[in-house]
Amino acid sequence: MAKVPVQFTLNGSEKAEFVDSGTTLLNALRDKIGDTSPKGGCQQGTCGACSVIVDGELRLSCLTLAETCNGAAITTTSGLAEGGVLHPLQRAFLDTFATQCGFCTPGMIMAAKVLLDHTPNPSREDVVEALSGNICRCTGYEPIIQAVLTAARANSQSAA
Amino acid sequence: MALALQTFPTVRDANAALKVAGTRYLGGGTLVVRAANEGDVAVSGLVRSTDPALSAVEIADGRVRIGASVTMAAIARHAELGALAKAARAVGGPAVRNMATVGGNLFAPAPYGDFAVALLALDAMVSTDDGELPVETFLGGRDNSRAIVTSVSFALPKDDGFRFLKVSRIKPKGVSVLSIAVVLEQAGNGTISSARIALGCMADRPVRARAAEKALLGKTLDPNGIAAALGAAGEGTSPITDPIASAWYRAEVLPVHLGRLLLS
Amino acid sequence: MELRKSYFADVRKDDLHEIGQGRPRLDSPGHVTGKTAFFADRNFPGMLHLKMVRSPHHHARIRSIDTSEAEKHPGVVKVLTARDVPHNVYTILILIQIGPEDETVLADGKVRWKGEAVVAVLAETERAAKEAAAKVKVDYEVLPAVFDMEEALKPGAPIVNEYHGQNYYLYDSGECRKVRFGDVEAGFAGADHVLEQSYQSSPIEHAPTETTGCVVMPEGNDRFTCYTNTQAMFFTLDNTSIILQMPGSKLHFVGGTVGGGFGGKVDVIVEPIAILGAKLTGRPVSFIYSREEEMQISSPRAAEKVVIKDGVMKDGRIIARKVTGYTDAGAYSRHSPYGAQKGAGHYPGPYTIPNVWIDTYCVYTNRTPSSAMRGFGVTIGDFALEVQMDKLARLIGMDPLEFRFINAYRDGDMKAHRQPTEGAALIECMQEASRAANWPVAEKYMAMSSYKKEA
Repeated sequence: MAKVPVQFTLNGSEKAEFVDSGTTLLNALRDKIGDTSPKGGCQQGTCGACSVIVDGELRLSCLTLAETCNGAAITTTSGLAEGGVLHPLQRAFLDTFATQCGFCTPGMIMAAKVLLDHTPNPSREDVVEALSGNICRCTGYEPIIQAVLTAARANSQSAA
Repeated sequence: MALALQTFPTVRDANAALKVAGTRYLGGGTLVVRAANEGDVAVSGLVRSTDPALSAVEIADGRVRIGASVTMAAIARHAELGALAKAARAVGGPAVRNMATVGGNLFAPAPYGDFAVALLALDAMVSTDDGELPVETFLGGRDNSRAIVTSVSFALPKDDGFRFLKVSRIKPKGVSVLSIAVVLEQAGNGTISSARIALGCMADRPVRARAAEKALLGKTLDPNGIAAALGAAGEGTSPITDPIASAWYRAEVLPVHLGRLLLS
Repeated sequence: MELRKSYFADVRKDDLHEIGQGRPRLDSPGHVTGKTAFFADRNFPGMLHLKMVRSPHHHARIRSIDTSEAEKHPGVVKVLTARDVPHNVYTILILIQIGPEDETVLADGKVRWKGEAVVAVLAETERAAKEAAAKVKVDYEVLPAVFDMEEALKPGAPIVNEYHGQNYYLYDSGECRKVRFGDVEAGFAGADHVLEQSYQSSPIEHAPTETTGCVVMPEGNDRFTCYTNTQAMFFTLDNTSIILQMPGSKLHFVGGTVGGGFGGKVDVIVEPIAILGAKLTGRPVSFIYSREEEMQISSPRAAEKVVIKDGVMKDGRIIARKVTGYTDAGAYSRHSPYGAQKGAGHYPGPYTIPNVWIDTYCVYTNRTPSSAMRGFGVTIGDFALEVQMDKLARLIGMDPLEFRFINAYRDGDMKAHRQPTEGAALIECMQEASRAANWPVAEKYMAMSSYKKEA
């Protein structure tokens, strides 16, 4: 089977692997590189559990082929905490009870991070729109929306 | 057989590689990788092209040409394509819009393909290396189309001349119950001088509502003026039945939503 | 959250330390950092992927199965059919003596629903397993199928499941679970109004974001570690032990982390066949449902039909209630005999009614086997009962909330299945709901109590 090289930075660290051509980024991250924070919920681009950030853009890793990401900078939820200190979004998800089963959480946090990177003070509508590609079956979304708004407030307060 | 990807710098070389049986073109991946993930073992090889022309947007003399690899997100944020932003944003959630392309949307089976509905109402031309085809002709023959779509082009609609509505059960994002795109021109006295109406989910691919278009000519945009068009809206359609809605339901609600869009 | 301490003030202790307090979830730090280990986060070298060949028919006899082409497919390591399964016919509730065993791990001679597992293919990659599964040839003789519960109960209907012999579960009480209390016909005869209505529901899929599955590792000591998202660890372990005829001591189940269950992951479906695959190949095995399988194959909430006939007096008292409930088990029992029985116990709802007659049937059809989901056996019944309550209130021109106060059960009342009511709080809940919803009721209802009857 034809192996192809993939090389990118994952949460700031250089990664290089050989994968079967046609391997999804999701499978490369999970099975080859060992970052299991993106989850495979539907493999159809519907649930958003596999969401990662590629060069600043939110992507579905289940529909992205790993070999198309050569040279890219990839961010996943497992790379957000710095020196054991949680990212404000992670802190807010904890504090507002925005997780139940936890399966959608890494993808939700990725979608929320892209939003806050571009829109530090989002409206509630902005948050709902930003999370609209991510499905949660436990919470009913309200605590997640509150978490993102809480994190945005925490960010703007620390910046002030 | 594994799913191997071949990347070519030019569309011409990619077109040549696509001639191999079992090979599909990879745009944003939201259709073809999804099919492979769901177990479609007929897809054995993927081809893509990194030709920069595929990602270009050119606007000149009131006409726009959008490269086939341009994403829905790129259209939604393009300063001069504001009229189309609503249709581009109707596709998927943010991540899907960062991946899904204009070219791919032409191949999306109902209930997907909301942007192609807009292109149909805009009377776009679809370009491949073999030449240009009107989008309606292209959509009709898309199942046998093997040439890579390179761009779509159309006249930019005048202010307020283009209207788009996607109806879904989940807000703000959900799969289409149906989508409607309308391009209208009105004479000085307010009567409709030209109308193109395109419908999504009212067949296995976007279709024109020609009877409704005809019924609008010379009429004004008020409940009486559009009544005949609403009555004719479903003519010639064969709506899909899927987990979102039955054909019967789609046929029932089409005139209601078309009416709201025309009077909005 | 406000704790209204006026309720039950004289019988409650006020030394609560946890109720009303926000406490962080213990599993959240793992969730927000992506560190929580779900079953599919385990990846072992040499792991095989299992894909199932499924029935395209609702009801069919299997004339023959030819796996020879699939076995030759590159990457295929093992192909399993019914004869590879040591104890192929099982039923999960046999652990609590609810039989007969009526379901096959892999179809043997017959399929009874569209999507039933027929052949399991184990291969080096998911892709190879899918390709090989497409090469398995099964010769079917399609049989007439039945999809409607009332059709299934008619004489001459196709028999769905021969292990039962008829299209309903045979309880020790007969063709249905029965509750008899008072004289319901006399009640109807003496009622000011009688209202009979029927209610029905379709199957509902739980749609968890994480699909059903497991990863099995054969250990060096002849034991098997099974990482699973089952909601029923020991039920699954014990049933696996029966199906594989393997002592439970050889099975080590690791779970508890479930990416959404809602009752959809209580059946014993993926683990036995995956462990069998690991046993026969000596390799780790992963069996994970695709999203399509999760939606179409995993058991949904049962379709139900509920027929309610009530006798009601002009003053608001319900004096007779007759309920006939039907639970669509699909082709196999799973948890449905229990669900239908639970329905019998749950009717006539939280109301004190002197004359009650209840029959609940667990019916077999050629549909996807149904099973547990959030309050199964009572949720659809509650929908039916409460819509019926609104209709009754409208019929006699009474406020629907006051109507419920009149009929609410209170401590000491005898329930239809002859359990005296204890610890009721319905009156107080409705009083609070009346305030919260700004839906005022007469003062006499606000003065009521669940445990003190007015003189």
